[in-house]
Amino acid sequence: MSATAHVPDHGSGPDGTKRDFLQLVALASAAVGAGAIIWPLVDSMNPSKDVLALSEIEVDIAPIPLGSGIIASWRGQPVFIRHRTETEIKEAQAAPLSEMRDPATDAERVKAGHEQWLITSAICTHLGCIPGGIKPTQPRGEFGGWFCPCHGSQYDTAARIRKGPAPRNLPLVPYAFLNDTKIKIG
Amino acid sequence: MVGLHHSDVKNPVLHWIDTRLPVVTMIQKEYGSFPTPKNFNYFWAFGGMAMVTLLLMIATGIFLAMSYTPHITMAFDSVERIMRDVNYGWLLRYAHENGASMFFIVVYVHMFRGLYYGSYKAPRELLWILGITIFLVMMATAFMGYVLPWGQMSFWAATVITNLFSAIPVIGEPIVQWLWGGFSVGNPTLNRFFSLHYLLPFVLFGLVFLHVAALHITGSNNPLGIEPKGPQDTLPFHPYYTVKDSVALCLFFLVFAVLVFFFPDLLGHSDNYIQANPLQTPPHIVPDWYFLPFYAILRAVPNKLGGIALMFASILILYALPWLDTCKVRSATFRPIYRIFFWVLVVTCLVLGVVGEQPPEGIWVPLGQVATAYYFFHFLILLPVLGKLERTLPLPESISQSVLGGGPLPTGAASKPMEKA
Ligand code: HEM
Ligand code: FES
Repeated sequence: MSATAHVPDHGSGPDGTKRDFLQLVALASAAVGAGAIIWPLVDSMNPSKDVLALSEIEVDIAPIPLGSGIIASWRGQPVFIRHRTETEIKEAQAAPLSEMRDPATDAERVKAGHEQWLITSAICTHLGCIPGGIKPTQPRGEFGGWFCPCHGSQYDTAARIRKGPAPRNLPLVPYAFLNDTKIKIG
Repeated sequence: MVGLHHSDVKNPVLHWIDTRLPVVTMIQKEYGSFPTPKNFNYFWAFGGMAMVTLLLMIATGIFLAMSYTPHITMAFDSVERIMRDVNYGWLLRYAHENGASMFFIVVYVHMFRGLYYGSYKAPRELLWILGITIFLVMMATAFMGYVLPWGQMSFWAATVITNLFSAIPVIGEPIVQWLWGGFSVGNPTLNRFFSLHYLLPFVLFGLVFLHVAALHITGSNNPLGIEPKGPQDTLPFHPYYTVKDSVALCLFFLVFAVLVFFFPDLLGHSDNYIQANPLQTPPHIVPDWYFLPFYAILRAVPNKLGGIALMFASILILYALPWLDTCKVRSATFRPIYRIFFWVLVVTCLVLGVVGEQPPEGIWVPLGQVATAYYFFHFLILLPVLGKLERTLPLPESISQSVLGGGPLPTGAASKPMEKA
């Protein structure tokens, strides 16, 4: 800091720019060096290769009965795979967007030709609980989709938020149909 | 003294802090204007290097611990996962592993610097004693760290070293079982070693703080071994020695980088890439290189208790060094005979290191015994006697006089840097 100001100048002009320059270069190099040391430490806390390697799963959906569903585990997170009934699909398609907090059509939430399969994250967008309703025996709330036991968020049959504190619809996850009974998530 | 500190700091925020807790003033006093002998050579940079190494070891260690599992069935695999899967895990592990070696290299140079320039002599005895304590804690830390990867060398090193204590008569056996938490090195042992390996570096940190605090009471020794007589003999620590230490640090990092990036396993032992097997001892078992001289001393005596006692004595004897060396002149520069014996001691320690690496048979056994005997001879007999007999060379009038080639004591020019506005 100020201490350097008392050092007698060596070979610098009256304005001392050469010394200022050297000091800047030295400090900048030290900062780059420190960064190069710190980055590997910080990055080691990011998901590792073996964790990333688990980022794709295949699920056989043939055994899932109509009107019910399962919770698959993808990257350590729960994912809903729900086999929707004809009525549930109709309700989802008919619901007026104007009443929704996070408007989205049913077509945007499913894959064309596979409307009976609704596949979304199972993490409530409020504070992270898993809403109930994947099994018909669980409470599904006023909209027949899901009811979150933690703070009462209610989702409809397209997993859109309709009531309660959650701000957004249950997020979609990337998936593809390998054939009619097998999907790949991730 | 109660009351706010009168701070000279200009920056208003720092001033506010400094008035209530004068840390800025302290740093300025201890690392800014601190009067430091102006004739340091690069051997005086090794303390600072050791400090940086300690911080690096703590940093890499904390992040390694985030991916390490201290359980006998998972430890080895978790280390392999660090090497293969964790982002930069290989770098963290190699930096930590080779960092331990760098730490010992630096500290050994630091210690032999003290031996050469008589830095352990009055009034720096306590500084030296703290140094030896640091060295002991370092060794314990390194040993327990070596056990954590749970390879063959880890397991058998742990077995051998803990069994040292079984040599103690009567209570030896219960002590060893207490160390193990069982009837052999096992999961409880690994767990406690991990706990202690995490704890001890912070103990080291505290000890280093005391070490430096004691240094700042006595001031540093210097290559001439004479005390500075006034401002003309010293320079402010910053920028003169901050810059000199930085140059040394750059070289240090260069060597470190070559080790880590090109020869990461040079100083390790390949058997440690085999998972621990309590039912099979590797054919040739040796400790890490920095323990080899002590290992040689251990094996020099064909008696269990004797070897172990001698090994501990070889370190503990250093505590008595300030009183064993009876010569009042510090620096070997002015002790022509001691200087020779200093180098004989260095060679002796290197020989012990080589002997420690070899299987205990043939020529290596008597060689180890002679070197061990000489090591103790140096400290117990040579130093006390030599101090009385040696004719030392005349000491220079002052540091300035020596540095500036014996001319008249300079006044104005040399003392300028000490003037603080
Ligand atoms: C963690 C390990 C250590 C650290 C971080 C450390 C740090 C330091 C530092 C920063 C200095 C001042 C700079 C210098 O003179 O090089 C110093 C001085 C000193 N250290 Fe250490 N040290 C360590 C271990 C040891 C050991 C193992 C010994 C010897 C048993 C020792 C003995 C001394 C002595 C005698 C001085 C004063 C040197 C003089 O004034 O000439 N230190 N130490
Ligand atoms: S977490 Fe689902 S409503 Fe709060």
